[in-house]
Amino acid sequence: MIELSGVHKTFGANQVLCGVDLTIAKGTSMVIIGGSGTGKSVLLKCILGLVTPDQGRITLDGQDVTTGDRDAFLARFGMLFQGGALFDSLRIWENVAFRLMRGALKRPKAEARELAIEKLRRVGLGPHVADQFPAELSGGMQKRVSLARAIAAEPEIIFFDEPTTGLDPIMSGVINDLIREIVTEMGATAMTITHDMSSVRAIADNVAMLHGGKVRWTGPVTEMDATTDPYVQQFIHGRAEGPIESLR
Amino acid sequence: MVKSEGALALSILSPVAALGRFMLGLLASLGRIALFAAEVVSHMLRPPFYPREFLHALMQIGWFSLPVVGMTALFTGGALALQIYAGGQRFSAEAVVPAIVAIGMARELGPVLGGLMVAARVASSIAAELGTMKVTEQIDALVTLSTNPLKYLAVPRVLAATLAVPVLVAVGDSIGIMGGWLVGVQRLDFNSAAYIKNTVDFLEMWDVTSGLLKGAAFGFLVALMGCYHGMNSGRGAQGVGKATKSAVVSASVLIFAANYLLTELFFS
Ligand SMILES: Nc1ncnc2c1ncn2[C@@H]1O[C@H](COP(=O)(O)OP(=O)(O)OP(=O)(O)O)[C@@H](O)[C@H]1O
Ligand SMILES: [Mg+2]
Repeated sequence: MIELSGVHKTFGANQVLCGVDLTIAKGTSMVIIGGSGTGKSVLLKCILGLVTPDQGRITLDGQDVTTGDRDAFLARFGMLFQGGALFDSLRIWENVAFRLMRGALKRPKAEARELAIEKLRRVGLGPHVADQFPAELSGGMQKRVSLARAIAAEPEIIFFDEPTTGLDPIMSGVINDLIREIVTEMGATAMTITHDMSSVRAIADNVAMLHGGKVRWTGPVTEMDATTDPYVQQFIHGRAEGPIESLR
Repeated sequence: MVKSEGALALSILSPVAALGRFMLGLLASLGRIALFAAEVVSHMLRPPFYPREFLHALMQIGWFSLPVVGMTALFTGGALALQIYAGGQRFSAEAVVPAIVAIGMARELGPVLGGLMVAARVASSIAAELGTMKVTEQIDALVTLSTNPLKYLAVPRVLAATLAVPVLVAVGDSIGIMGGWLVGVQRLDFNSAAYIKNTVDFLEMWDVTSGLLKGAAFGFLVALMGCYHGMNSGRGAQGVGKATKSAVVSASVLIFAANYLLTELFFS
């Protein structure tokens, strides 16, 4: 279980998070929605310790994430970055198998490659891409490779930062199913950021909406449509008019 | 009246204030660099080690720098011979050419010019590479894949440069001395065998080893600056550009400063 309480983060004069409280139960899928620039990516990075919060407490299974063995902590996580963040000096399969080729999970090269190709298949990529370099792939393909890398070592907690942006509708469907499968079959805990409402419905057990540096609304996805919160309503229906201001 | 005097005083003082701010900034960044260096060195001694990355860095820094270091040394050795001949002629001491070329190359010009060429080639490319990795979140991705970026990226490069630059300096020294010999024999009518004998007789072991030690120090500084500025790069293409520039400038200045300090240490 991941628990955040009163998490604050400010970059210079830019107050991004001001008191985020959120609980993600083990084995569930939480989807974070919210306008562009509201700090969704920053929130995930705070949990991983890539960004240090100014205030507040983040715990994993009751233990503060800033204490304890950092290697053991990170070994439980997988992360798909919004921009992919593939290592461009390594081949596709070496990217996917990165974790399997060093450290505690190290295994023989041939086996790591085999596993990488299997993960690539699950994100809809054939074995012919394995020996290419990231720069040779399209944006959407890179995103999927990055997703394969995030799930390669079968971590128990996985963060997906916009897994379906830049993908065609069919591929989006494949990826949504994959994320759902990882949660229901492997029992992983997932946190997904997405702007795509059909993904939200396909992936989420619970939804949290971030607005103004706080969690504006959170609840089961089944209750999302029925909520009377005007912010959530405006967001899920994509209306230009409503309490969320858009500059024009 | 009082107010304008105050403003005047401020405007006179503002360059001083700017200088003060600059000095404080300089000291702060020196401190950060020293901490970074200490961390890199401490990681060098602790596993895990990344031999593949180390060999790759060794190729990039050592092998591919050979042509530029060799050319630099060749022309410098030649020019040095001409200058010393012209200077020596003023008091009929042309015979010192082989000795001074050898000593000048081995003690000073080989390491310093070699170090500077490596700074231009290597500090810039390391800073640009790591800076791009930083802005595209690849360094964050390394962390989430349980890999320490300092260990995986900085340590192999710093170690490779520290070991490769002395070798480059040794090659540079030889080529530089050969450049002097070439000019000496072809242009200044020295006897080839006498030139070589003179060089070998005069040059002492310490002349060469001191230069190689300098080379190791310069290699360390060059890669350290590349890694430090790259890993602390600002955001976007502009951030990477700035990191690259800072890496080359600071590596070059540090080479000159370290050269003076090491010369004091070795020869005074
Ligand atoms: N390293 C950083 N330094 C300074 N500001 C940052 C940094 N990272 C994020 N920010 C700022 O924090 C705010 C939130 O960024 P974040 O990337 O979390 O947005 P987001 O909700 O993920 O948006 P999007 O949906 O567009 O990806 C932005 O205003 C951004 O400029
Ligand atoms: Mg984002």
